[in-house]
Parts: sequence; structure tokens; C-alpha cells
Amino acid sequence: MLKIAREKLPALYRAIASSQELYLPVQRSGQVNFAAWEEGFDEEQLQAGLNTLKTVKSPKDVFFPQSETLYTCKRKGKKLTVEPEALKEQDFVVFGMRACDVQAVKVLDQVFLTEPVDSFYAARRERGTIVALACGEPDVSCFCKVFGIDCAEPSADVAAWMVGEELYWKPLTEKGERLTGSISGLLADAGEAEEAQLEEEKTKIRTIVERLPYSHLSLEGWDGGATDEKFQDTLWEELYRPCLACGTCTFVCPTCQCYDIKDYDTGNGVQRYRCWDSCMYSDFTMMAAANNRTSQMQRFRQRFMHKLVYFPANNDGMYSCVGCGRCVEKCPSALNIVKVIKAFAAKREAAAEGGDK
Amino acid sequence: MQELINRAKELLADGTVVRVLGWKKGDMPYNPEPAFFESADALEDFVYDGFCGANLSKFMIEASGKEGRTLVFLKPCDTYSMNQLIKEHRVDREKTYIIGVGCTGKLSAEKIHALGIRAIEAVSGAEVGMFTGENEALAAEKTLTIQTLYGEKTCSYKDAMLERCHVCKGKEHKIFDEIIGASADTKDGDRFAQVEQIEAMSPAERFAFFQAELSKCIRCNACRNVCPACSCRKCVFDSNKFDSAQKANADSFEEKMFHIIRAFHVAGRCTDCGECSRVCPQGIPLHLFNRKFIKDIDDFYGEFQAGEDAETVGPLTSFTFDDVEPGVVERG
Repeated sequence: MLKIAREKLPALYRAIASSQELYLPVQRSGQVNFAAWEEGFDEEQLQAGLNTLKTVKSPKDVFFPQSETLYTCKRKGKKLTVEPEALKEQDFVVFGMRACDVQAVKVLDQVFLTEPVDSFYAARRERGTIVALACGEPDVSCFCKVFGIDCAEPSADVAAWMVGEELYWKPLTEKGERLTGSISGLLADAGEAEEAQLEEEKTKIRTIVERLPYSHLSLEGWDGGATDEKFQDTLWEELYRPCLACGTCTFVCPTCQCYDIKDYDTGNGVQRYRCWDSCMYSDFTMMAAANNRTSQMQRFRQRFMHKLVYFPANNDGMYSCVGCGRCVEKCPSALNIVKVIKAFAAKREAAAEGGDK
Repeated sequence: MQELINRAKELLADGTVVRVLGWKKGDMPYNPEPAFFESADALEDFVYDGFCGANLSKFMIEASGKEGRTLVFLKPCDTYSMNQLIKEHRVDREKTYIIGVGCTGKLSAEKIHALGIRAIEAVSGAEVGMFTGENEALAAEKTLTIQTLYGEKTCSYKDAMLERCHVCKGKEHKIFDEIIGASADTKDGDRFAQVEQIEAMSPAERFAFFQAELSKCIRCNACRNVCPACSCRKCVFDSNKFDSAQKANADSFEEKMFHIIRAFHVAGRCTDCGECSRVCPQGIPLHLFNRKFIKDIDDFYGEFQAGEDAETVGPLTSFTFDDVEPGVVERG
């Protein structure tokens, strides 16, 4: 176990950024999001970044950017050239990801690293080293525990804990060891007393997690086998109604991975890019012949069926929700996946009670 | 609140309305959701408190297309949007029964979070009806007592209010069938103060300000979808026909284009209800664009408040030979 004082963190950031790219949570115009390190960041921006539990956007765009060019076609006279976009070649570090967001990357891996492998994503995963930060003060909207995630013990290339004025640092993988080696001058050994203190901190975090209102949500009934039953349920007709059909939930979500591919007319050619898409949008399933999802109820249902039924059915039971709670905090109509899970549970309970009588 | 539920039940029972549009209890103290109630039993989940900031007017477009009359609860500022929607023939007045509800300022969970108060388990002081009659003016001087996972916190009601409440348009409902509950004018700021500050900036400073704010935009379209003035059946930004559909920005100009075009499109029709800024997940002060237009319209054509009534033709939809012709290009 290693450690570094909180006040020395800017030096740590600088040291990492001297040899590779660094992405970290930072406050800009009042909001905290992950951003590439800039020498001009001030103390306040960095402190806010470190103290913020949930960035507005998840850090997924470090591996899967909201918008990225795939290739560019240029026309010059009668000559047409096609330039594929280069894959990520620079090593980088993501500092301060939370345990839920790390699990979300594993969800994305299932999608992008299985055949056919997405070369753009694979290159970024190859180049990236993740330093995950434990959650000292989980929030009421968190429910990572439901998906078996332990926010007191994040598993990434390096696990880190902010306890008081010290950041504890523990490399867990080869990549993590390499990163640790490159900045070893800034890290000191933590003593046994401090290790014990850290164990206490983990216990404290887990005690808080037990008390969180969503920690004990039951996922019973959300298994791959219940597809048709869930799909046909009339509850969806009630649940979707306040949905504004915006894309907030999908764009703040760390696991939503759907994208669209579009052409940008550059005047002398075409820039083909892909960008995040949202299943909440009316043209998401628009095809040459027609659109097979014509109502917002169908779109709303799709999002939750995908996360809780289809994805686990196709990925050995892995849900594509990690309980980060961003949708809980950000939906303009206060809808979210927890309300969906609860509504189905309440209906099941009511049916069970009715059956007993 | 019980009074609202009782009245809704009466109106359902006597057949005046067939459904009720209001707010449903959330699973947190601060997240009620807009909801349609089709029966007296369903109204058990009805709630009306300080966190019911959502403007329900736009949901009336959907309700207008259904059989029968809908009872809708509107706060004073929401009634401006309702007038505007009726004026634009998007909501059918005949299918609408409006109960104007009292409002003493609405709260924002985001504002409370920004005060450093997180992990909220319970809030007391957000109930409606505590301050009526003589005390109504004191409403904004209330204190919220907030139970969090990390201890009890307090903050003033005022500091937790939505931005729009600080420039409150007043306690008068502009359209209603009946009114229940008292309202208070919570205005304590100048609606155009920040617009004036921005006008006073140099072009470079102004550009930097908007660049910083708009670069946070994630193109979720929440501002557009919640906006009562954005009521087009098909938005140009959703159209695949003209290469104008945008889900993300191909370059940094596009995020600005979306917001600028939207501001132009709602100019003269925007009532300044503040929903765009309330719902923006990135806290972009989108209302500033709209207020700039409102201020300019006031300057050029005389004071005009969209939604003041459901009849007056707006200054940008009427023409007289005396109209000013402002432009950035000098004519020779």
C-alpha cells in the first residue's frame, strides 16, 4: 500500500501527464465532468473534481467518445481518397473513476470486444490505465450493491482511497504496476497503522451502503427467462407516460452503448462519424422501409428491457445497469430504472398476496 | 394538498373531467413526477409540494387529443404557457379544466446539492399551505430542514428555489376555471440583470462565456422536449430529410447552432417559464438566450409578455410599416 498527501495530487497529475494523457474529473462552468488534464486547471476546479461523487456524464467517453470520426473521404478533381481515422496510439490514464463506472467499462467490453471487435474501442482499452477511487460518501441515489459492486474496494488497474488528507494507492494489475513505477518518487509507503485505518474506512463505507434506500432492491424476476412476460406487461403503459423522450438518461448512463453512423458534408467530401444515439429518440429504429417502434411506450420499454432482460440473457447474467444513479438524479420527469424495478416488484407482491387469499 | 385531491375527486365523480393531470409522489422527497390520474383511487399518490416545479402545460397537448376533458393543475407561471399553447391551437381550451394552484416558490434539488447538501433522506419545510394569508409574503423566508445520510442540514428556502422563482412573474393566474391555495410573489431579482451583464461584455468575452457554457451540452434535447414553445410535430433537428438531424456535434459549431436556432424559433412565443434551465443536466443557463430576445422585443416593440392572454397577436407575428428593422449590417 502506497500513499500521497492530498495537497500533492496536482504534482501527481503533472507527473502522469508528462509522459501520457491524463483524464480526471474537473469542474467547469459549475459542473464536474471528466476532462483531459490542462496545466491551467486551478485548485478549486480540481478539488471539486476530487470531491464529486458523480460526474454529470460518466467517464465512458474516454473509451467510447460521444462523437468520433471513422474515416474521411476527399474528392480532388476526379480523384477520390479514403483516409481511415488512426486508432488511439497514445497511452493514457483515467484517474478517479468510481467502482460503478469501472464495472460499466466491463459491460462495454462485452459489446465492443467480442467478435466483431470494435477496433477504435479496443485500441483505447489497450492504451488506457484506470485508477479507481473508492466512494467515501455514497449518495442516496446509488445502488451499485444491487449489482454486486463494492464501492469500498474498487477493482481496476489501481485502486485508490481518499481518507482525510491522504490518498492511498494500491496497484492491482500489471498496467497499474507500470503506472505506479513511473511515479514512484511521489508515493510513500503506508504504515501498518494506516492500513488498519483504511480497513476501518472500508467498513464505514459498507455500513453506509447498507443504509442506502436503494441498496436492497430486489432483481427477482428480471432474468433472461421472463422476456415475453415482461415485454407484454401492461405496467409499461403507465410507467412511460411522463417520459419526455429526451436522451438524458441514455447520455449520462455509463453503459448505454448504442450509436448512429452519420455523414458530415465537408464541402469537398464526407466525414463519416459515429455518435451516441438514444433509444428514446423517435428515429432510433427508423429503417428504409419503416420504423418498428412507433410509440414512446415501446421506446421506454426497450431501454429497460435491454438493461434488465436482453443484456443479461446474452451475457451470462451480467446486467447492463451498474447502479450509478445518474438517471435517478437527472431525468427531467423523475423517471428512472429504480422506479421501474420497484413498480414490477410491487405488482408481483400484490399478485402473490392475492394468490394467498 | 388534500383540498386539491378532494376537488379532483369531485370533478371526476360529477363527470366534469375524465382524467387529472398533476404530480405523483416520487420515491425520494424531491422527485415527484408529472402524472395522469384516471380514477379517484389513483389520486392516493397525488402530491403537491415545493418540489412540484414541472410545468404541466405541455402534457395538455397529448391530453387534448384524447376523449373527454382533463383537469390540469397550473401554478401562476405555468398559466402563461397554457395561454400560449391555446393561442397556437396546440391545446383545446374546451378539453381543459384548469385549477390554479397556489405557489410560494418552487425548489430545486440541484440547487440544494449545489449548496453542498447531498444524500438527502427527508426534507421538511417544503410542504405547501404552511404559509397562507398574512404570512404568504414570508414564504421565501422559510428554512428547509434536511435529513441527510451525513447528518441534519438546513438551508433557506430562498437559496433552494429555482432560478425562475427569483424573477417570479407574480401570483396571478392568467387563465383558470378556479383557484385553490394562496400564492406569493417570490421575486427578489431583476429578470434582465444577467442579460445586461452579458451585453456589457466585449464580443470576445461574450463568446468565451457561451463557449464555456454550451460546450457542456450533451445534446440530450431535454430543453427542447420540455419546452412548451417547442411544440412542433416534427422538429427540424429530428428530420432525416435535410441533413439537419443532430445527435452529436460533428464540430464545435453545431452545439451553438442548435441552441441559437431554438432560441430564434421560440422568440416572441417563449413565456420565460424556465423549464429549459430547470431540466438541463449540465446546468446550462439556457434561459439567458430567451431573455435576450424578450428584452430586445420589449425595447423594439414595447413591453410584451407572451402568454399574458390567449388572444393578443405577438410582435413577431404581426407587421406594421413602423416596425424597427434592427440589423447588424448597415444599409447604404
